[in-house]
Amino acid sequence: MVAKSPAIAFRRLFDEVGTVDQIGVEERVAKFTTRSIKKASKIWGLKKAVSMVDLTTLEGKDTPGKVASLCQKALQPHDDPGIPTVAAVCVYPSMVRHARKHVADSAVKVASVATAFPSGQAPLKTRLGEVRAAVQDGADEIDMVINRGAFLAGDFSRVEDEIAAVVEACGVAALKVILEVSELETFDNIRAASFVAMGVLREGDFIKTSTGKTSLNATLGNNQVMLEAIRDFYLDTGIAIGMKPAGGIRTAKQALQFLIAVKETLGDAWLTNERYRFGASSLLNDLLRQLEKEKSGSYQAPYYFSEAAESY
Amino acid sequence: MSRLPITKTPKPYAGGAFIRSESGRTFPLRDASGAFFANIPQCTRKDLRNAVEAAAKAGPGWARRTAYNRGQILYRLGEMLEGRRQEMADTLVRFGDEAAAAAHEVDTCIDRLVYYAGWADKYEQVLGNVNPVASPHFNFTVTEPMGVIGVIAPDAPSLLGLISLVAPIIVSGNTVVAHVSEKSAYPAILFGEMLATSDLPGGVVNLLSGLRKELVPTFATHTHLRGLSAVANADERKAIRLGAAESVKRVHFADASTAGWFEDSAQSLYRIRDFLEFKTTWHPIGA
Repeated sequence: MVAKSPAIAFRRLFDEVGTVDQIGVEERVAKFTTRSIKKASKIWGLKKAVSMVDLTTLEGKDTPGKVASLCQKALQPHDDPGIPTVAAVCVYPSMVRHARKHVADSAVKVASVATAFPSGQAPLKTRLGEVRAAVQDGADEIDMVINRGAFLAGDFSRVEDEIAAVVEACGVAALKVILEVSELETFDNIRAASFVAMGVLREGDFIKTSTGKTSLNATLGNNQVMLEAIRDFYLDTGIAIGMKPAGGIRTAKQALQFLIAVKETLGDAWLTNERYRFGASSLLNDLLRQLEKEKSGSYQAPYYFSEAAESY
Repeated sequence: MSRLPITKTPKPYAGGAFIRSESGRTFPLRDASGAFFANIPQCTRKDLRNAVEAAAKAGPGWARRTAYNRGQILYRLGEMLEGRRQEMADTLVRFGDEAAAAAHEVDTCIDRLVYYAGWADKYEQVLGNVNPVASPHFNFTVTEPMGVIGVIAPDAPSLLGLISLVAPIIVSGNTVVAHVSEKSAYPAILFGEMLATSDLPGGVVNLLSGLRKELVPTFATHTHLRGLSAVANADERKAIRLGAAESVKRVHFADASTAGWFEDSAQSLYRIRDFLEFKTTWHPIGA
């Protein structure tokens, strides 16, 4: 049945998937920042976080050369052989073939944003064409943006249909659905959008917080809302969906707090890069820096690490 | 009706804010009569780490300012101290100085700030150079700030020692993380309030109160600190040398006696030069 207004459509969806206690979530995530993780557990967590990084460059000024050095960094984040490779490199579709060439057959995957990232404001045909082109060029994973306009207008079936069409266009490539939480405005909407997306996703696909192109990105709060949606969906259907917070996670400390949220909400089964990723660029060097601090005992300068932006 | 006096919570100025230690620890500070004065934040190596991050963040903006503007700001810092001269002198008296000596120390501090403010747009002319070379090149040497520099201040004179170490470092565009006197931390905390109102961008000077023996090893080994300007005893010097060697850090120890800090010889262009890098450029000519 088609709802007459967005308000009625949202009320129906909320009745179906449940709403979020905003204060409750904020109080809950505030506790995640008080855990004390030291020594061996800290090193484990930092290495785990490195293995979950989708090393990202999404700029108009990206060149094949920059993508090549990013891939090198992904394959060997630091000279310490005990540090794992990252999960994937994440680039624009035109850079996929360059990235593919450099990571070759290694464990590092090539992810590409597609579907008129970051706005998604292009005809569906164009968006699907972009996805197919990226997959054909060798992308293992596709990061798509949902149609926020349709979602906020209450046209959920359109959002669903578009995601389903992208799933089909992906073929064997895994799909990450970007909800762009800053444009969804409330925790209730984030939870509802998560369910809309998960309804058409396959096991091994992801939902993702944001594009990193807006002012508000991944926070412990919206991460938690999405993790709980994934948990509830898994308990209902048995389908395990992955999660990828992106944008704004710059420090190792933040990354550990996000991992605590995963462990305490979804459990150890999600503490793997098959099911949890960080979309980030500067995070990796901070993780390496903290690992080096744990190893050497002295605080490290950021410019000791390759691809560092800081020099002062 | 009698009123309850408001007691002050002294907090050091670091990262552009007045901080408590992240550890939540404090240590009691007593005045010269032995009476309890206040609890002072006992900063830890994590506070030092945070201060270095703040200093590194503030650095590029500070170094990009014109030399003239850095001089103005240092002069303004002198103005702030002049405006609260009596308060600072009274504080020094409370912690054991004679009234005349306290006034002399505050005056010398102000003069020292003005001295280095004056050098801000002049040291480059003296230290930089055009070098004669036997080829068709214009060869010149200019100076650049090093980056984040650590300061370990003496116990006496606690304020003049601190200012004499910090001013020549920041004048060239370096930023500073300083450990202030453990025995007499309050004058430095009061000085922090003047830093906050002197147009100096937050993070350029970061003051940490705390125990020397806890902080000196981290000052020595923190690789993000490119240099150290310290007053230290023999044991500390050894620890600093060993830690600094690992990160190839430039270290200068100040030798002045308490009286020596008041001498004109305690201020010098060469204290600015101590924390500068020299860059020489070959520029082809006549081609």
